[in-house]
Amino acid sequence: MSWTRKILRVDLSKGSCTSEPLNMEWAKQYLGQRGLASKYLTEEVDPKCDALGPDNKLIMATGPLTGTMASTGGRYSVICKSPLTGAIACSNSGGFFGAELKFAGWDMIIFEGKSKKPVYLLVQDDKAELRAADHLWGKSAWETDDIIHRTHQEPQMRIACVGRTAEHGCLFSAVINDKHRAAGRSGVGTVMASKNLKAVAVRGTGGIGNVSDAKAFMAATNDGKAVLAENAVTGQGLPAYGTQVLMNVINGVGGLPARNMRDVGFEGAEHISAEAMAEPRKSDGKPNLTTNGACFGCTIACGRISTVDPTHFSVKDKPQYQGASGGLEYEAAWALGADTGVDDLDALTYVNFLCNEDGMDPITYGSTVAAAMEMFEDGVITTKETGGIELTFGNAEAFVAITEQFVTGEGFAKDLGLGSKRLCEKYKRPELSMTVKGQEFPAYDPRGIQGIGLAYATSNRGACHLRGYTIASEVLGIPVKTEMNDTDGKPELVKAFQDATALVDSAGLCVFTTFAWGMDNIAPQIDAACEGDWSVEYCLETGERIWNMERLFNEAAGFTADDDKLPKRLLEEAIKGGPTKGQVNRLGDMLPKYYEVRGWTADGKVTPETRQRLSL
Amino acid sequence: MLKSLNIDPGKCTGCLQCEMACSYEHTGTFNPSRSYIKVFTFHHEGRFAPYTCTQCDEAWCMRACPVDAIGIDFSTGAKVVYEDKCVGCKVCTIACPFGTINYSQATGKVVKCDLCGGDPQCAAACPTDAITYVDADWTGYDRMLASAAKSLPSAEATA
Repeated sequence: MSWTRKILRVDLSKGSCTSEPLNMEWAKQYLGQRGLASKYLTEEVDPKCDALGPDNKLIMATGPLTGTMASTGGRYSVICKSPLTGAIACSNSGGFFGAELKFAGWDMIIFEGKSKKPVYLLVQDDKAELRAADHLWGKSAWETDDIIHRTHQEPQMRIACVGRTAEHGCLFSAVINDKHRAAGRSGVGTVMASKNLKAVAVRGTGGIGNVSDAKAFMAATNDGKAVLAENAVTGQGLPAYGTQVLMNVINGVGGLPARNMRDVGFEGAEHISAEAMAEPRKSDGKPNLTTNGACFGCTIACGRISTVDPTHFSVKDKPQYQGASGGLEYEAAWALGADTGVDDLDALTYVNFLCNEDGMDPITYGSTVAAAMEMFEDGVITTKETGGIELTFGNAEAFVAITEQFVTGEGFAKDLGLGSKRLCEKYKRPELSMTVKGQEFPAYDPRGIQGIGLAYATSNRGACHLRGYTIASEVLGIPVKTEMNDTDGKPELVKAFQDATALVDSAGLCVFTTFAWGMDNIAPQIDAACEGDWSVEYCLETGERIWNMERLFNEAAGFTADDDKLPKRLLEEAIKGGPTKGQVNRLGDMLPKYYEVRGWTADGKVTPETRQRLSL
Repeated sequence: MLKSLNIDPGKCTGCLQCEMACSYEHTGTFNPSRSYIKVFTFHHEGRFAPYTCTQCDEAWCMRACPVDAIGIDFSTGAKVVYEDKCVGCKVCTIACPFGTINYSQATGKVVKCDLCGGDPQCAAACPTDAITYVDADWTGYDRMLASAAKSLPSAEATA
């Protein structure tokens, strides 16, 4: 059945750890991970609660396929109400932590309340206890990981923790696991730190031995792996180039935003692309990319492991940053690079290291710096606020300097830590925040590519590419090519992607498999692993149920159709040049139809009929 | 023909499919902590190294065992542990210079790679051919070929 059927509930106010059975009725309706943990959240947390108060809960959840031989079956999510958006947050991460939690015998951990003093949770199989973490408070995620490993003399222990930025109250801090994988978005790390919870350290030796039909499962997962290996994207493109394979592609089609989305098309794109990462540099003859690395169980292995040029100004006197570490993924390269106008690959790689080390979501961080840069160029922010740093677009030295300040919480960090929405409001330029529901956009311009604009506007966790990656269809032609600038058919496309993704996340699989896998590859793996009938149809219904449940949480939190909107810049400021010249996003042409295909009212409310159809 | 596991760390991505395949074959569970092959990550160098028993001909573990609980599977050349004889004294774990025979708390015996009776599941599961099962006389062949190719920079060696 693949669920461990056990939940660990940690009451941080009381300091207690208790085991309870998984609600199997819910598991059969919401599968696991994102879906099932969100169900627990909606049942147990008041959507109107203060996200950083003790009434919010933080859930770390695995899926039924997490920790199995299914390719990419190593993922977990962190679920809570977001302090950045006020909406439901669910941030997904790979690495090895999720599988270890499963091997220890737990489907999920629910943290509630707030500890009086800093603590970390130690889980060793069925034993769980809270330990004092005063000595870890004030340490980076990397130091925390090292210290806990040293303390317990357990090299196989897997650790998820927060860095210093979360402690300082930065609203977009990530939970970092295995040093360079992140549950990155929506400030889930900030919520963890608000509970005085510094880290979760897990060692599991029990394994998973209860898949429902082992023979069918091995056959289905082997079939799935063969499909991934033979597919050009998952078998060749992603292992060789990572997600960074997209930098030149998206720039080429006129979909790459630049300089806080003031421009579309970035002249420096090729300097920060996958191709540039593979190019040997002059100083030591080595390329930026050292090798590719996999998360647990992943046969794609898109992860980048990189080094910074040891002679580069950012690391020249810092030997601790001259080794290999987590390199640039596309979204990070875009937000830290194109969006700030910085085309210095080494500077971006170094800033990316710092994002991993101290847990900033690089998308929101880069975009917030970009908004600050635009306000600096407009004279709204000056060197008085930045502590003397000339925060102009394209200034790599300034970007590095402000990031080094940021991780320690000094100087301009307090302002940048607000995220771009609150930052731009503070400096009275709210129109310069490139956000939906307070969360920043990733690396695809909705003026050039229509469907992704609708996906951003309607995403339950604020602007995000991972809630409905219509780029697959609109740019890459997967599973079928749709025209970038068409709006017809996009509402249906967005809904289909959103529902399918909700299911993939909830299984414990990686959404990147869907470049190659359809639901007919995924459903048989779930069906063989889990009891019950997990047909393609039921999987899609489950995805749709999860989507609507998240929407209902947001409705109860106070969100309305008025929050399903894009910034004016994307609706009114036409693209100035390149292949998509003259375009704006036509959200108004898509949104009514989207509500209709979702079975919602014209003002975006989930109808009673839809609730009934989906057993909500 | 005797075959050997041939490990090329340069191709390893650290995905642990081998560890899951091994543990599934030997324990019926997906459980890296009970795998007989281990992948080590060298974070700072950006390298991954799968590591397991090389099946020494003059096996230290076998010679050290005081109760003859380690013998040879003549179909594969693998040195195998006879669980019914092993007393869990761990002397073999001291004798092995590579650390690839280990005590298991779960069984109270030592465990090591047995080549899965001639169809090693780690090699079958490896997505990048970092682990292959090849003619024992040719375990260094790929590296030899790569090295030979370096001496002829313009040539595509096809030995």
